[in-house]
Amino acid sequence: MQFEMSTFIPVMPEIVMLVAACVVLIVDLFLTERTRLVTYALSLAALVVTGATIIATAGDPVVSFEGSFVRDAVADVMKMGILTVTGFAMVYAKDYLVQQGIYRGEYYTLALFSVLGMMIMSSAYNFITIYLGLELLALSMYALVAFNRDSMGGAEAAMKYFVLGALASGLLLYGISLFYGATGSLSFAEVSAAIVKGNIQEDILVFGLVFIIMGVGFKFGAVPFHMWVPDVYHGAPTAVTMLLGSAPKIAAFALTLRLLVDGLAPLFTQWQEMLMILAVISLGIGNLVAIAQHNIKRMLAYSTISHVGFIFLGFIAGTDDGYGAALFYTVVYALTAAGGFGVLAMISRRGFDAENLDDLKGLNERSGWLAAMMALILFSMAGVPPTVGFFAKWFVLESIIRVDLVWLALVAVFFSVIGAFYYLRAIKTMYFDKPIDDQPLEISADSHVAMSINGVSMLVLGMFPTALYTVCRAAFG
Amino acid sequence: MIDWPLLSTVVWLPIIGGALVLISGDKSPNVSRWLALLVSVLTFAVSIPLYTQFDSSTAAMQFVEKAAWVPQFGVNYYLGVDGISMPLIILTTFITILVVIAGWEVIQFKPSQYMAAFLMMEGVMVGVFAALDAVLFYVFWEAMLIPMFIVIGIWGGPRRVYATIKFFLYTFLGSVFMLIALIYMYFQSGSMDVLAFHDLKLNHTEQILIFLAFLLAFAVKVPMWPVHTWLPDAHVEAPTGGSVILAAIMLKIGGYGFLRFSMPIAPDASHTLDWLVIGMSLVAVVYIGFVALVQSDMKKLVAYSSIAHMGFVTLGFFIVFMIMANPAATSGAELGVQGGMVQMVSHGFISAAMFLSIGVLYDRLHSREISSYGGVVNTMPWFAAFMVFFSMANAGLPGTSGFVGEFMVILAAFRADFWYAFLAATTLIIGAAYTLWMVKRVIFGEIASDAVAQLKDINAREAFVLTVLALAVLILGLWPAPLIDVMDVSIHNLVQHIGVSKL
Repeated sequence: MQFEMSTFIPVMPEIVMLVAACVVLIVDLFLTERTRLVTYALSLAALVVTGATIIATAGDPVVSFEGSFVRDAVADVMKMGILTVTGFAMVYAKDYLVQQGIYRGEYYTLALFSVLGMMIMSSAYNFITIYLGLELLALSMYALVAFNRDSMGGAEAAMKYFVLGALASGLLLYGISLFYGATGSLSFAEVSAAIVKGNIQEDILVFGLVFIIMGVGFKFGAVPFHMWVPDVYHGAPTAVTMLLGSAPKIAAFALTLRLLVDGLAPLFTQWQEMLMILAVISLGIGNLVAIAQHNIKRMLAYSTISHVGFIFLGFIAGTDDGYGAALFYTVVYALTAAGGFGVLAMISRRGFDAENLDDLKGLNERSGWLAAMMALILFSMAGVPPTVGFFAKWFVLESIIRVDLVWLALVAVFFSVIGAFYYLRAIKTMYFDKPIDDQPLEISADSHVAMSINGVSMLVLGMFPTALYTVCRAAFG
Repeated sequence: MIDWPLLSTVVWLPIIGGALVLISGDKSPNVSRWLALLVSVLTFAVSIPLYTQFDSSTAAMQFVEKAAWVPQFGVNYYLGVDGISMPLIILTTFITILVVIAGWEVIQFKPSQYMAAFLMMEGVMVGVFAALDAVLFYVFWEAMLIPMFIVIGIWGGPRRVYATIKFFLYTFLGSVFMLIALIYMYFQSGSMDVLAFHDLKLNHTEQILIFLAFLLAFAVKVPMWPVHTWLPDAHVEAPTGGSVILAAIMLKIGGYGFLRFSMPIAPDASHTLDWLVIGMSLVAVVYIGFVALVQSDMKKLVAYSSIAHMGFVTLGFFIVFMIMANPAATSGAELGVQGGMVQMVSHGFISAAMFLSIGVLYDRLHSREISSYGGVVNTMPWFAAFMVFFSMANAGLPGTSGFVGEFMVILAAFRADFWYAFLAATTLIIGAAYTLWMVKRVIFGEIASDAVAQLKDINAREAFVLTVLALAVLILGLWPAPLIDVMDVSIHNLVQHIGVSKL
């Protein structure tokens, strides 16, 4: 194996991120809690520099490292999305971490490593690379969930997440091993070619596919592999839920895209049916069970599950339009979710975690601005125009109707209407109820700015969806 | 002036103005009130040229603006008006001014948000009437719900949360199926242009399904029996301004939808299913009229009377198909649509006036129960005069605008079938019964209580609002020609279009 400098150019963003994460880790050792602002600034700088590197090194699609790594437009879009969303989450997290007494450098280091994992997943072009990226993400997240070591709930959530996550990884690996056994290769291109040749017994392929779908379903949090989602979202500190509930959805999208579309495209009809089942029950269970939740973190967890159903619809369409729409949906959802959890983090304060619907009561009277941002975010999740959530849903529905799956579109809109109820209920709590808590909100300037950008972007992207959609759609040729 | 994007100005001026009012905050409420009034008057002024420069000799769209919006899906920012939508836009800008004035000192809690919500709603509703692109229409249609949801929820009555969520979900459920129908037609026609949908060939099954999807959306909005149950709740709980906008404009959007979408896009299905819509309309007219009779809450009574009056509108629209199918009736199909349109505009004025009158009483006694009042004429003579006048108009007294529309629809119904006309005409009796009985119990008689004895008559602000509306009702009742002239060619064109089968 020969290394030339040109081989490294496509992986430059990952290298930059790795170096930056290590630098942050080491620099933080010499800092105290009062000077931790340096860690925070360095982490944000790491995200920005990595983003700049992506833009600087963008070019024609390249497959490097013996076919294990791909650098294409889709990967770039996903990585930029991951970096942006994580950036927002980090800004929102700072005040929360300070107030909860867990303002430690490891939060940033682990977050940066998880970003590195997600970036690797986005660019993976063989089964091992994608698995490595996935594990790097997952291990960082396990540790982050237990980040508040004095919290029993956090420890419990981390344990659940770890055990179930390990199980899911095992299932995924088992599926991968079956494909390896059947085709003799780990590269997506070769596996795909071997399946097309048709010498392999279909039973083995479908058997392996089932395990891979399970792994994907677990990482995405699709029903029936969703049981961990509400518990982990609930148990983790809000600053971590924010990381967990936003950018990793883009990574899960990458996982699905790379495994199913790049690797196992010849088995489209088989995985289309499986995803259909997952999508329909995710939409149903997610939206219905969310209604019963009075803890808003759990409510958003179930809402995530229903959004995953929508993302799957784009894959089910199986067209470039569908994938483009699903990517648009995922990026928009990640941004929305970061904002939603960000608001929760902002209304928390020392010794008090805002996590129940009642904690939102009268938010409009306490801070009209924060309530307006949250309302935009919730309307976007519900898919009400003119917010961007509507366009995300519409693009996906369009792609699914285009392939004559009108019934699936009807199911999706039906559950969306049911889903609208609990988003409205949250808005109702903010606007129509009297506050039970009169403590003034202390929001630092950086969170203020970030939240304004995040909330208003729901509206701006909703009025001008073309630019982002063009980028997402163009990524698929 | 020709090239100036007039429609966009009417849409965006109040939205941007509303945002400014919102930013102005509640530190000095008078600033936001005056700013809101200024914006609403400006918007009305800007919308006047839509009428004066309107060319009523053509059915083509006027003041057209078109720009690419989401080119990948053939979606354009496409605005334009014809004789059907133009009067409704002017109605919207006109009523909004009155709502701003009516909420002046009544709203003390967060007045900037209240005013901003109404201004933004105004812009969005104008957008609904002006949109000629299906997605643009849908975006405005749904966006309209957000400010109304907030208005009812924050400034509404005791059961406001129930009412506003019911309102939102009902309408949301109705409209998502419309979205599926729109997307389906996009695949058939290759664009989201509503006018292209009009010429789109669709087979009978497609038309039926599309018609039903639209019916669900528009019937909820109108609202037609049996999907009307959200309206009494929303009306009762909404603040006065909310009720006014709801009754005067939002209900019209449902009626407008039938004319712009259902009938021209699916004429054969409209014909096949006209019995369904006519039946629902007649139930609304007769049955809901009786329901109104037994209400003890004034707002609920007027809400039910709105449903009955909107039944006339849909009856007028769909009776056209019966007339065209009736070989004995060679002409006069247009009369039904015209009557429905006049009824919509007229009901916009009358229902606004009724809700404002009830608001005047409610602001004083904080009760909407008919039994709390009695003998109001003794303490509030000026107000009583207005209330009696508007009630007469509501009952369809000749000389008021309420009569014109109803009369035209009944005339049209006669050409289709005597019994339809007979059932429709019963409204003249039932309508008079429930309205006048309410007036009798509220306005006349002995002074019912000490509270009524201490009532103060309307102030200048209230008198201004009611006078303007009274003039509008009278002018439209005595001289409806300007309105009918404006829409004549467009309606003629529409009726010709729906007379041609698409099969």
